[in-house]
Amino acid sequence: MSTVKMHLLVCGGTGCVSSYSPQVAESLIKELEAHGLQDECKVVKTGCFGFCEQGPIVKVIPDNTFYTKVAPEDAKEIIEEHIIKGRKVDRLLYTDPKKQEHVPDSKHMEFYKKQIRIALRNCGFIDPENIEEAIARDAYSALGKCLTELTPQEVIDIIKKSGLRGRGGGGFPTGIKWEIAAKNASDQKYVVCNADEGDPGAFMDRSVLEGDPHSVLEAMAICGYCIGANKGLIYIRAEYPLAIKRLKIAIKQAMEYGVLGDDIFGTGFSFHIELRYGAGAFVCGEETALIHSMEGQRGEPTVKPPFPAEAGYLGKPTNVNNVETFANVPPIILKGAEWFSSIGTERSKGTKVFALAGKINNVGLIEVPMGITLREVIFEIGGGIKNGKKFKAVQTGGPSGGCLTETHLDTPIDFDNLLAAGSMMGSGGMIVMDEDDCMVSIAKFFLEFTVEESCGKCSPCRIGNKRLYEILDKITQGKGTMEDLELLRNLSEVIKDTSLCGLGQSSPNPVLSTLTNFWDEYVEHVTEKKCRAGQCTALKKYIIDEEACVGCTACARACPVNAISGERKMPHNINQDICIKCGACYEKCKFNAIFIK
Amino acid sequence: MSLINIKINGKELQVEEGTTILQAAKKVGIEIPTLCYMNLHDLNIEHNPGGCRICVVEVEGRRNLAPSCVTKVWEGMSVKTHTMRVLNARRTVMELILSDHPFECLTCAKNGNCDLQKLAQDLGVREIHYQGEQSTYKEDKSPAIIRDMDKCIMCRRCETMCNDVQTCGVLSGINRGFTAVVAPAFEQDLIKSPCTFCGQCVAVCPTGALTERDYTNRVIRALADPTKTVIVQTAPAVRVALGEEFGLPAGTIVTGKMVAALRRLGFDKVYDTDFAADLTIMEEGTEFLDRLSRYLNGDKNVKLPILTSCCPGWVNFFEYNFPDMRDIPSTAKSPQQMFGAIAKTYLAEKLGVKRENLVVVSVMPCLAKKYEAEREEFRVDGNPDVDFSISTRELAHLIKQTIGDIKDLPDEDFDKLMGESTGAGVIFGNTGGVIEAACRTAYEIYTGKTLEKVEFHQLRGFESVRSAVVDFDGLKLNIGIAHGLGNARKLLECIRNGECEFHAIEIMACPGGCIGGGGQPLHHGNTEILKARAAAIYKEDEGKALRKSHENPEIIKLYEEFLGKPSSEKAHHLLHTKYFDKKKRIYIEK
Repeated sequence: MSTVKMHLLVCGGTGCVSSYSPQVAESLIKELEAHGLQDECKVVKTGCFGFCEQGPIVKVIPDNTFYTKVAPEDAKEIIEEHIIKGRKVDRLLYTDPKKQEHVPDSKHMEFYKKQIRIALRNCGFIDPENIEEAIARDAYSALGKCLTELTPQEVIDIIKKSGLRGRGGGGFPTGIKWEIAAKNASDQKYVVCNADEGDPGAFMDRSVLEGDPHSVLEAMAICGYCIGANKGLIYIRAEYPLAIKRLKIAIKQAMEYGVLGDDIFGTGFSFHIELRYGAGAFVCGEETALIHSMEGQRGEPTVKPPFPAEAGYLGKPTNVNNVETFANVPPIILKGAEWFSSIGTERSKGTKVFALAGKINNVGLIEVPMGITLREVIFEIGGGIKNGKKFKAVQTGGPSGGCLTETHLDTPIDFDNLLAAGSMMGSGGMIVMDEDDCMVSIAKFFLEFTVEESCGKCSPCRIGNKRLYEILDKITQGKGTMEDLELLRNLSEVIKDTSLCGLGQSSPNPVLSTLTNFWDEYVEHVTEKKCRAGQCTALKKYIIDEEACVGCTACARACPVNAISGERKMPHNINQDICIKCGACYEKCKFNAIFIK
Repeated sequence: MSLINIKINGKELQVEEGTTILQAAKKVGIEIPTLCYMNLHDLNIEHNPGGCRICVVEVEGRRNLAPSCVTKVWEGMSVKTHTMRVLNARRTVMELILSDHPFECLTCAKNGNCDLQKLAQDLGVREIHYQGEQSTYKEDKSPAIIRDMDKCIMCRRCETMCNDVQTCGVLSGINRGFTAVVAPAFEQDLIKSPCTFCGQCVAVCPTGALTERDYTNRVIRALADPTKTVIVQTAPAVRVALGEEFGLPAGTIVTGKMVAALRRLGFDKVYDTDFAADLTIMEEGTEFLDRLSRYLNGDKNVKLPILTSCCPGWVNFFEYNFPDMRDIPSTAKSPQQMFGAIAKTYLAEKLGVKRENLVVVSVMPCLAKKYEAEREEFRVDGNPDVDFSISTRELAHLIKQTIGDIKDLPDEDFDKLMGESTGAGVIFGNTGGVIEAACRTAYEIYTGKTLEKVEFHQLRGFESVRSAVVDFDGLKLNIGIAHGLGNARKLLECIRNGECEFHAIEIMACPGGCIGGGGQPLHHGNTEILKARAAAIYKEDEGKALRKSHENPEIIKLYEEFLGKPSSEKAHHLLHTKYFDKKKRIYIEK
């Protein structure tokens, strides 16, 4: 009989690891040993809790106490006060940004209240490097059920009925995808897991792989059973070393336990999984490019059809699903299609994992039911805008999503609504912007990314995105014309209309959505040469207030380009033609005589 | 094949399943503009990466525009090819491509013969609204090919030729996004890559990104120099293609007018590479018969098959890819180099000109010949046997700049001493021609009988890899033929693996043989042109009084007066060469 009464769950996700969570765990273990408590209280290194803003996280089970920003030095106090004396360490508890109160446990945190965790069910709960913990949470029972009780078609029917759609961005119904691959006869087929997560700021897939690798392995085997494949490949970017390490451990353990490999559960079904590393090209998240990259070819998309289900890896029928999609599969099998489809909206079932980022209080990873509103996500789960600033826009769907505004806040989030609003679900990035963000600069920022990441195969994406970026840059420099705005719109539409793959077909979204939703800001940049957010350096004007200036000459001496003139003890003047807007004068002035217009 | 009902611009039609929109539209006379697309029907080469996005069309029910070159039709599909949405997209995409293309049309080698230029015209682009940074890359000047990638539009046709057709694997896409370009690995220069200089990439490049190294300036300077005696040799495939540059139908034979034009350009003597082709047959044929008889007598040191060695692209190819087999090809030099070697010795003496004052120019359908002419082993004290090799296209430019046209010129004959040739020399220009020429001579020498019917039809044709049996009076010889280096690779691997047995094999690097060479007038994907050239070659052969190399009186005289007999020591010294293992010479610059 186990004598363990308490567990200390320490986040072992990449974010917390980089802020010394392994050292926190070590200190906790040392302190437990020092007090002879190692048999009663166990330290478990788990996957990501999602509350990355406040890491490293330590959670105490069974009372769900949620400690944030824990340092290795805090271990002593946690053990002595909380574990031994039963008194929570107040200063480490999470403070609700609205109420300014400490929250005693995770159940009372707004961040978790509205979340439903399916894909992330085990993240932050089990030790991902120990298969037994996963098995204790039903890992591989869905596979067992499929192999022993269901025919491949029955499994496909369950997935179809559940309404699960691809979480990688396309939103294609997963069951139908499997069915097509199943129907294409071949001596060899493949199941590919797309773990080439490339959206800046997104880490949904990484967290699943780091926190619960077995959920993906199990689902891949189920998919293999359905489509008739005995080989699985995980295409993962080499920049995810922790996820790779945990996947390797998970595959090895699964093989040892006989839940992967030859003749699984004595059913005659065999399934082997290998890893393939990506070099970090964003476009390799596109399935045909991903397949070419795995084949050793240049990572470039090809025209579909043929779809991978017809001719994929090495020309064989291949089913490609994203990490999060796979992670949803085992619970659907165990709990049933009806359970899954009871969550979400009419055409988007289940939950979606989002990476919250930007000017929001609770930056982190969340899993919410489809149909939740942007307002709920941003203002309740996300804890509202940082520093009490005003919400301006939210960009969903990664670098090629659109920017939505105040008017969209009450739109229920699902695949179709986001598309209709001019954005997209994408893989689940969500970046919040406040009143200090310039929307032209935001569009430019995202274009810079797509320009960099276009593969260069088709002309509209290769050259068009570059030209979009150049026009946006011209506007932020105050050199834009009204004709440029027309060109922006036409070019954006043509790029969307003519590009070969999803990258180019969506990359102008940030431009189009900001043109539509923030037209006035564009016009201001062009006609008034003004950036209301003050982000466009070239449009800033440093002006000396003649009333306040005492003529101390400090500003003139600080100016690196001699743009400031004036007699001693007389008001000075900045020549706007020479000024390079470096801000040196502004910094130097002791009399607040220089202001920015 | 089942038939599918579709509608294009309201017209209903039935097409076979698997047809693309582009092909279907063509059937009803609707031309959809294309740029990156290339289809060389008879060579089974279709290149449709769907990259340029010029050929986009509207498909009912589809969210975005569809690339017609690669989108297959489906039952009930309704297509609109020229809506305003489509025209705007095409024109905008064209403007984008032009915005990243240097405006150097006036000095570009492809001016007037450029797919991009023509398409810009057709689409009515008068202004480029989207101006911005242009991509720049370092220029790569090899002896044969110049890569000016600033002009590359990423159509990737060259890659298909280099990788899929020729299997040289030199060119591929590198870099990402705006800086993406086609280049050898690590952006090396061609000369440091396993490039064979076959020029097939140049032949299909729609712009001036890949062009031949132009030697016409050097030729003009030599012609203008009174101290130099400048002579020229012209390859067999040139005379059946040159006319195309002057608006004559493909397959028009312009031998006499070409000779007249060369004389008017100021060449002191105008000779024929066909003469050297006859000489090649004498040497190669003798070598073949020698190896064959030793082989038949059980000499274990003799290897068969013998492989032809006239094609410099092919020589480069096996030096890089099959160096272990470099003892199989004939050691006979190519006709171009045989001509050079004889011209700078025998002819120089006859003309009374010192070697260094004799300039040998060759007009070739080929770019690899430029590289061949620069090889170290084809020089005497630094002086090359062939000074400059220019392509059919370069000759055409030269004529256009000076004489203007060839159509009104009289037919003239080649000069004596190295201008006489037989039909055997002529057919060198076609795939299968060298081996047929060799058979005509080898038959008579081997059997001692007269060959009554000189045509070996079993050796002719366009099929990529062919095999045929030739009857040498009871001795059945297995002959293999391949054109295109990818096909050569198949044949060589087959030999290396001991899976096929041939006595002799002919290989030409370019599809169709020299008539489809990288230096020929551009056929823009029309393989009918290649067929017409091939037919013209055989016609020229038929019209010749002499059709066997060993009957060429000037060849007979050359041996009598100078070389002794075929394969003599002197012949070996002047007319044979050796091959190198270049696998080790592919290196990466740090």
